[in-house]
Amino acid sequence: MPDSGISILFEGRNLIRLAQGLWVTAYIAFVSVALSTLLGVLVGLAMSSRFTALRAVMRLYLDAIRIVPVLVLLFLAYFGLGKVFHVNLNAELASILVFTLWGAAEMGDIVRGAVTSLPRHQRESGLSIGLTEGQVYRYVIIPQAVRRLLPGAINLATRMIKTTSLVMLIGVVEVLKVGQQIIEYASLISNPTASFWVYAFILFLYFAICYPISRYAAYLEQKWQS
Amino acid sequence: MSSSEKQTLLSIARLHKSFDEVEVLHDVSLDVGKGEVVVVIGPSGCGKSTLLRSINGLETINSGAIFLNGEDIASGVTPWNKVRQKIGMVFQSYDLFPHMNVMENILLGPVKAQGRDRKEARRQAESLLERVGLLERQDAFPRQLSGGQKQRVAIVRSLCMNPEIMLFDEVTASLDPEMVREVLDVMLELARQGMTMIIVTHEMSFARAVADRVLFMDGGRIVEAAPPEDFFNCPRSERARKFLNTFTFEATRKERRTVE
Repeated sequence: MPDSGISILFEGRNLIRLAQGLWVTAYIAFVSVALSTLLGVLVGLAMSSRFTALRAVMRLYLDAIRIVPVLVLLFLAYFGLGKVFHVNLNAELASILVFTLWGAAEMGDIVRGAVTSLPRHQRESGLSIGLTEGQVYRYVIIPQAVRRLLPGAINLATRMIKTTSLVMLIGVVEVLKVGQQIIEYASLISNPTASFWVYAFILFLYFAICYPISRYAAYLEQKWQS
Repeated sequence: MSSSEKQTLLSIARLHKSFDEVEVLHDVSLDVGKGEVVVVIGPSGCGKSTLLRSINGLETINSGAIFLNGEDIASGVTPWNKVRQKIGMVFQSYDLFPHMNVMENILLGPVKAQGRDRKEARRQAESLLERVGLLERQDAFPRQLSGGQKQRVAIVRSLCMNPEIMLFDEVTASLDPEMVREVLDVMLELARQGMTMIIVTHEMSFARAVADRVLFMDGGRIVEAAPPEDFFNCPRSERARKFLNTFTFEATRKERRTVE
């Protein structure tokens, strides 16, 4: 019976340690998502720009980020930068750098998709009532693009939150790493079901972060539709 | 009504426009008097839409000049966004902004582009909406309106900028037939009030009723320009005759069928 196993969560400072790990996860994820959103809008506008060269550079950036596994990027940022350029980032900073580079590229592609999917006439009717290009973007294109990119952007944000679990491989002690530490210690004092309870609890924690985000997105979609 | 007695509002001189290698407007010159209604007809691809879009700066012209009140608007001296405040344009597609209700659609230009007082612009918008019979729909969103209603709102949105001239680019072409009338009626009413207009349309009986002058375009040139009675009764050019025949063809066939 696994009834005794759940007690592992409440032993010693385990809950507090998991909460601290969760904080690290949340910190890396939210800083990266926020930076990605800001930079992603700029990347997206660059991707839908009139200048062919700029579009080509952005395309290369996106493809490069997509081809290389996030884990490799993490190793590159953490171990590679130090060796080659003598830039020593701490593990958390390296993680934020990599996740922001990844997020900005993917977010840029989502923004590009939303902007270019708007009918050409929207821009032209904005211009025809005397708005400047900037005003057309601000009042006509961006408000409509935001509504279109929301599902993709939320999907990306939750993907980024979940993928932060990789950062433990460059030594960041986030929630999953804390979980492993607890399990390793517990198996020493013979608690065979510890891994089940600890991982189930971590699953619940990820759910607790991502679910409200999805719900909020669904709410916004509904609101904008009515 | 002769345009020569009136002051010239818009003057197009030797306009050329090409897309890559294809010349879509060839040496087009045209004077439009204040209060004059010019209807442009011609087969698709003849350059009539490009002509309208050039007047509004949505197409960059290759050579020639466009004068509005004597000022060369295509020279780039005055930024296009300033020029467009004086030139209203309504398109074929329903082009209202879907994320704004009717009133917000109308007020965007006057408030943001012209920097007018919101309350004052709103009063004008309300009286214009009343005139096209849509005052009670001012809080509706575009998706809640029929095609005809959307086009009437689009016309009001342009009018609320107090333009000196209005351009209509096949505004009824994608409407269901029963909605064409309500939009054309609004345009007829505008003509009666003395608005200067250039109208591209395929509605021949409307063209006859509203036009002071009909331009027939083909292959990027103005082939014929005449008062509507003359043009529709006895077109001078062979091409215009052929074009007008395409509209009467079905009617003759029907007559023959009823005879049999």
